[in-house]
Amino acid sequence: MIEVKDLHKAFGDHEVLKGINAKVAEQEVVCVIGPSGSGKSTFLRCLNLLEPITSGNVTIVGYDLTDPKTNINIIRTEVGMVFQHFNLFPHMTTLENVTLGPMKIKKLNKQNARAEALSLLEKVGLADKADVYPESLSGGQKQRVAIARALAMNPKVMLFDEPTSALDPELVGDVLEVMKALAKEGMTMVVVTHEMGFAREVGNRVIFMDEGIVMEENTPEEIFSNPQNPRTQAFLSKVL
Amino acid sequence: MDFGQWFVPFGEVAPLILKGFWITIEVTIVGLFFGFILGAIAGLARLSRNKIIYSIATVYVEVVRGTPILLQIFFVYFGLAALLNITFGALTAAFIALAFNSGAYIAEIVRGAVFSIEKGQMEAGRSIGLTHTQAMRYVIWPQAIKRMIPPLGNQFIISLKDSSLFSVIALGEIVYKGQQYIATTYNYGQTYITIAVAYLIITIPLSLILRQIERRLDVS
Ligand SMILES: Nc1ncnc2c1ncn2[C@@H]1O[C@H](COP(=O)(O)OP(=O)(O)O)[C@@H](O)[C@H]1O
Ligand SMILES: [Mg+2]
Repeated sequence: MIEVKDLHKAFGDHEVLKGINAKVAEQEVVCVIGPSGSGKSTFLRCLNLLEPITSGNVTIVGYDLTDPKTNINIIRTEVGMVFQHFNLFPHMTTLENVTLGPMKIKKLNKQNARAEALSLLEKVGLADKADVYPESLSGGQKQRVAIARALAMNPKVMLFDEPTSALDPELVGDVLEVMKALAKEGMTMVVVTHEMGFAREVGNRVIFMDEGIVMEENTPEEIFSNPQNPRTQAFLSKVL
Repeated sequence: MDFGQWFVPFGEVAPLILKGFWITIEVTIVGLFFGFILGAIAGLARLSRNKIIYSIATVYVEVVRGTPILLQIFFVYFGLAALLNITFGALTAAFIALAFNSGAYIAEIVRGAVFSIEKGQMEAGRSIGLTHTQAMRYVIWPQAIKRMIPPLGNQFIISLKDSSLFSVIALGEIVYKGQQYIATTYNYGQTYITIAVAYLIITIPLSLILRQIERRLDVS
């Protein structure tokens, strides 16, 4: 589903990703952990070309991202993304946030888009908030709307960049529940997270990144109970 | 001094100022109307990724913002006539000068409003598959236009006051009418007070409305 080969990314002469190799199979949930500044967000953003790739190869949902002929807008409809700060469109209601993509890109008519959006909002537990504006939602609700917005395009992969890091602790659970349900349905997911409990429970595999390199990669059980790399050990001793 | 006598000039100058008042309004509205069109185009050009379009708009904005409006007025009224043999009446010259002047400031208002929208908005739009153009149209512009309202209102007030400078090319706006009256009567004080009142009648309510709008935009 995703294959990353020797991915390098530099901002000017500051090299942030120094040769990442990774594979994500269909229906797999891969959690990416690591200290802040290690390049986790940059890695994720390279997967849908929000950041242009400096060198290396990425194939995702069957497209080669480095091929200049690939249409990035098509790929992005198949690769959903959820941001740390939600980035909901504040001038649109919850429902309009979710229907924008289907109406403008998939050219669904208003009725169909609305019906689909409502069922997605129901799925994330927010059907009653369809007609309110994001400003009146809590952080956890905003993030669930953002998930619904991404799902509205029927993506084959979902990318999450610290989806719960900006939330008050009591709101984290609702968002994780939605993500857990999504994983159960078989969605392929790459999740950058500090929620080790989630990684342990839902993740099929954990990637530990530091200084732009994949330092260690294993099943959650192995990585949390028996980390091999001293960096991983140091990091986990701090966060667990 | 007869106290009642002191008020007589107010009665005399007021009808003259009122005539000038309508000219001032006309120049401001027509000038700003074209200034807005020019500003929207130049503002878009300043956002363009095309280097040539961007550069032309940038030169325009910098030239206008870097020179006094008085010079711009002289240039349109006298300069173009001398250089290219193009002559305008005072009213037309005023329309042109005000449109070009306000257009540059409006261009920066447009650009600034678009830039002020958080980067994450464009990214969220693009990440669901919108093209750059679609994301601008459905995500960025609707938010940016709201943010343009207060500074545009402010520009209206600035241009309204700037239009007083058209008295130097004998356009019969508020200040010019007042000066004509002073020339025959020497009633400086009463005339200037009347002129000030004429401007304040528009500017004070407008500032109040703007503050109201700003407050409402702040909330949402
Ligand atoms: N747009 C950018 N321009 C320049 N440097 C950047 C940019 N984005 C990220 N970086 C740098 O890349 C490094 C990794 O950042 P990031 O991927 O956000 O790390 P993480 O998500 O693991 O905290 C940091 O040193 C950061 O300063
Ligand atoms: Mg990050």
